Amino acid sequence: MMKRAKRGVPEGLWMRCPGCQQTIFRKEAEKRLGVCPECDYHWYVPARERIRQVLDEGTFEEWDEYLEPTDPLSFVDKKPYCERLKEEQERTGLRDAALVGTGMIRARRVAFGVTDSSFIMGSMGSVVGEKLTRTVERATEEQLPLIIISGSGGGARMHEGMLSLMQMAKVSAALARFDSAGGLFISVLTNPTMGGVAASFASLGDVVFAEPKALIGFAGPRTIKATIRIELPKGFQTSEFLLEHGFVDRIVCRRDLKSEIARTIDYCGK
Amino acid sequence: MAGTSHRLSFERPIYELEARLEKLEAKPQQTPEVRNEIRRLRRELIELKKKIYGHLKPWQTVEVARHPDRPMTTDYLELVFDEFIELHGDKCFGDDRAIRTGWAKLDTYRVMVVGHQKGRTLQERSTCNYGFAHPEGYRKAIGKMRLAAKFHMPVICLIDTGGAHPGIGAEERGQAQVIANSMFEMSRLPTPIICVVIGEGGSGGALGIGVGDRVSMLEHAYYSVISPEGCAGILWKSHTFKEQAAEALKMTSKDLLKLGVVDDVIREPLGGAHRDHHRMASKLKLHLRNYLRELVGRPIDQLLQERYEKFRRMGVFLESAGPEQQAPAEQPQQPEAEKAAQPVAVDL
Ligand SMILES: [Zn+2]
Repeated sequence: MMKRAKRGVPEGLWMRCPGCQQTIFRKEAEKRLGVCPECDYHWYVPARERIRQVLDEGTFEEWDEYLEPTDPLSFVDKKPYCERLKEEQERTGLRDAALVGTGMIRARRVAFGVTDSSFIMGSMGSVVGEKLTRTVERATEEQLPLIIISGSGGGARMHEGMLSLMQMAKVSAALARFDSAGGLFISVLTNPTMGGVAASFASLGDVVFAEPKALIGFAGPRTIKATIRIELPKGFQTSEFLLEHGFVDRIVCRRDLKSEIARTIDYCGK
Repeated sequence: MAGTSHRLSFERPIYELEARLEKLEAKPQQTPEVRNEIRRLRRELIELKKKIYGHLKPWQTVEVARHPDRPMTTDYLELVFDEFIELHGDKCFGDDRAIRTGWAKLDTYRVMVVGHQKGRTLQERSTCNYGFAHPEGYRKAIGKMRLAAKFHMPVICLIDTGGAHPGIGAEERGQAQVIANSMFEMSRLPTPIICVVIGEGGSGGALGIGVGDRVSMLEHAYYSVISPEGCAGILWKSHTFKEQAAEALKMTSKDLLKLGVVDDVIREPLGGAHRDHHRMASKLKLHLRNYLRELVGRPIDQLLQERYEKFRRMGVFLESAGPEQQAPAEQPQQPEAEKAAQPVAVDL
């Protein structure tokens, strides 16, 4: 589990790119779907914006919109979880960290899920787990290709304790059934995809895509550093690192994502 | 019990009373007064253990679960099973000593045992990396489980790990991917799987061998989404809040039974499993035997359907029909009350 406070394309006319430290004209980056024109750094994209980028215009139909998180453990750290939820909901306009539904990608109907890494770090609690599981089940019933775009620095959500950890098993079990039924699952990893999200559905794609230079891994770099007490190699836990070690099929730039997904669906005859 | 001299601070009154008792018992002249006093102290000792162990705080439970004298997988292999034939290696990279796998016999049952191993001596501990497994450990585990399924053998998983190892090699060899794959395959493995958290149930490293038809915990084991230290570090910004974190995470057997995360709690001998390996092992054996009897021979389709539904039910959330309905139907999807209230299956 790790912490990160990146909030996408910042306000203002100009901004500094975290990738190359250059000052970038904001409009220019937005036109490029939140990608730095100088160095190809891929910024955070909110879930709704991601839907606009990947699905054909106006085709998204949301599923299970009214699932809401609750506070089963009455969890209190520095503040109560129920308050934290309210704040996150107000700040992001989301009920929880995932949006799911159906839509078209270049006229191919798909089941679609996306997690938003800004809602409690995109962590998976009961709602994210339930929404994704229902989506997998519906994709199985309706024989739809399944696309999930993951962004989660938080992994399993601590505030829901073991109920969160069990979501990993729940979604994975649903994906196993989808797999047995011959379904096609394309998993897209974005910055960051860590912990319990990386160690469940995000890694279970028949085909795994990653956006360039995303941070992807099981343990957070800080945890690893604290455990082994040596400097981590340059480029450790990036998309390119995962490609090199054999855990990603293709690194796909944001502007190509839609056509790469469509082509994969065609190859698999779905 | 021969063991380390590791003493938990909250157990101090127990050790003090035991020392007094020992001194009396060692007296050469056992007058009636001395014998009476011995009897009284023995009763007192039982009451004291009951009092202390009946009200362990979550953090104290973590300390008991991590006790170096606590029985671990190799102890149970010796005390519960009639035979153990270790099968090594993941046929890909290596043989992770943090997870042991092999054939074993329990009564007339031939089973596959998969268990985390922490090690007791310093050298053992370093050989098995304190029970923190690498990807090859999980790859070995799922490989042996598939072998078991092919030959219709039930699988028994003994969970005891602080977590999956966080390190460079582990990331290079796909720690996230192997844990995901383990859960994925275990959920549809066509043979009975019985999981028991015997000590530490540390997050994904525990769940990586934790998807089964029955999941139980020993009374003083813990099972958590994150270590209390890790949680305190992230949410309270300091490890010193580990006790509060342990409390908040609801990681004890009692809490998890209530939440429907585990099916059963196996009671430990008075004063914890580290005080009596033999009694603990016999309780575990009885428990495993009951489950084997129940699950072996059940039609595989039914078994897999029930296993799916078991995990499918997990989670608590609210669901309303939408804005047109004024009051949301506040129906937390909680495990049924009667399930939560079920008595523990094994209680000697
Ligand atoms: Zn840049």
